[in-house]
Amino acid sequence: MTRRQFKNHVFKGLCVAATALGIGILLLILMTLFQKGFAGMNWALFSEVTPGPGGEGGLANAIVGSLIMTSLGIVIAAPIGVMAGTWLAEYGRNSKTADLIRFLNGMLMSAPSILIGLFVYEMVVVFMGHFSGWAGAIALAVIALPVIISATEEMLKLVPTSLREAGAGLGASRWRVTFSLSYRAVGTGIVTGILLAIARISGETAPLLFTALNSSFMTINPNEPMANLPVTIYKFAMSPYESWNQLAWSGALLITLAILALNIASRILPGLNKRRAS
Amino acid sequence: MMKATIVTAPTSTNGDAVFQRICRASAFLIGILMLGIMLSLIMGAWPALQHFGFEFFTSAQWNPVTEEFGALNALYGTIISSVIAVALALPISIGIAVFLSELCPQNWSRPIYIGIELLAAVPSIIYGMWGLFVFAPWFSQGFQLWAGQHLAGLPLIGGMFQGPPMGVGLLTAGIILAFMILPILTSLIKEALSTLPNVLREASYGIGATQFEVIVHVLLPAIKGPIFGALILALGRALGETMAITFVIGGAQSISSSLFMPATSIAATIAEQFNEATGALQISSLIGLGLVLFMITFIVMGVARILLRRSAQQ
Repeated sequence: MTRRQFKNHVFKGLCVAATALGIGILLLILMTLFQKGFAGMNWALFSEVTPGPGGEGGLANAIVGSLIMTSLGIVIAAPIGVMAGTWLAEYGRNSKTADLIRFLNGMLMSAPSILIGLFVYEMVVVFMGHFSGWAGAIALAVIALPVIISATEEMLKLVPTSLREAGAGLGASRWRVTFSLSYRAVGTGIVTGILLAIARISGETAPLLFTALNSSFMTINPNEPMANLPVTIYKFAMSPYESWNQLAWSGALLITLAILALNIASRILPGLNKRRAS
Repeated sequence: MMKATIVTAPTSTNGDAVFQRICRASAFLIGILMLGIMLSLIMGAWPALQHFGFEFFTSAQWNPVTEEFGALNALYGTIISSVIAVALALPISIGIAVFLSELCPQNWSRPIYIGIELLAAVPSIIYGMWGLFVFAPWFSQGFQLWAGQHLAGLPLIGGMFQGPPMGVGLLTAGIILAFMILPILTSLIKEALSTLPNVLREASYGIGATQFEVIVHVLLPAIKGPIFGALILALGRALGETMAITFVIGGAQSISSSLFMPATSIAATIAEQFNEATGALQISSLIGLGLVLFMITFIVMGVARILLRRSAQQ
């Protein structure tokens, strides 16, 4: 083997090793979660509320709180995000204003989520005078918004101009074209973007720490501090109590499986649609 | 789902104007939000900035009892852990991107790439738990013990590896961060590789170059710009990472020359202390830290975006 061939083999080996490392980390994390979290997977996890220090219980209130805040967050963010994305793709297009908004949207998307928490703390929590599920939901909405905007815009950009022209040629007004043609053509893509936004916010911990806070009670009233999975996991994982640690691992497994499922669903969804269309 | 929203009323130019206005208002909301975040941070930080003056940015004091607060410790931990992360993640992600787009058979490439992308979907707090309870013990028994015996005595770099093998600390935080930014780096580099014309590869292989020579001497130099842009973008991501760091950095308000010692970062300090803060001055100082983080990430991300856009235009 010549020196050049040898170098080539070493190089290829290193690339394979790097890939194996990346996949290996994912598998290691999933393995740990199953190993430590699976033991706590029982009915009580979903039916009982979080216990006091050292006690036995479940995560029912945290699961319900997370579901409520994530849903509220998406209900706030989705319509605004889709319309903002529509403006960028259909009306603003290449104007200077649209470019600026695109830039700011990118900045908001990459802003550290803890800063969103601080912002909502000052705007909502200080204003209301107390921590609340609403504050948590708003913080999550601010994080979901830029994801939905950019997904919507990317999707609408795929709509061929000829389709819009065909609609306009039939005498449809612009918004009619947007609703009946553009949204229909790329609707699945937009829904995929929203799914990814849900996946993104359902694991967020930092923005909830000082907006929704946490709670050991079952509540469905977003005017009160609300229990949620991420903050509960954080608190329980860092505690010295074994039963709390176990619940933290079970919660971690639960949340990761949900997020991975959402991610995989968002990959399968567009494919399904294509198959149906053809 | 979309069907329900179709309005069946006769089309009118009026509706058009209304819809356009609502859409525009939604888009402008982004500008208002960014401005709001900046203003609320400045306003919240104002009492602390007024009290400490410029020293807030240069002081390494962080003492809630005597109410003395400075950003330097947290700033140091934030920057060093992020730089470690980027330095570790770059070669690995180049390796993965090269493997996926140049070496691996096509039908294998996609599932492996999805696996790498799922790494980005795992929430920050899960990395934190895994880092603290699985990685840190293993790291302290393995690398840290070994480094303590073999590297700590070396001149120049020896100081970086001194101290007890605790598992948590600046280096651990950097490593966990590296795993977290791996997917974004990989996907940007892979994308850059895919934009290169095939002629480049064919010409190089045509004169008898090996894969190593084609990739290292031809392809990678051709995407230097995008790789640098991706690097800065990943740095921006790492700077603001919160929960994972809170778990593994050790939470110590100090600056040490050793990478094994516990430290803290801006985001971790805010996450740990905000709810326990006793005085208005501490709250304001924590928001001041947030303002510093906001400015750094804004500048870093702005530079990254401009770099990436410029290389995309070429």
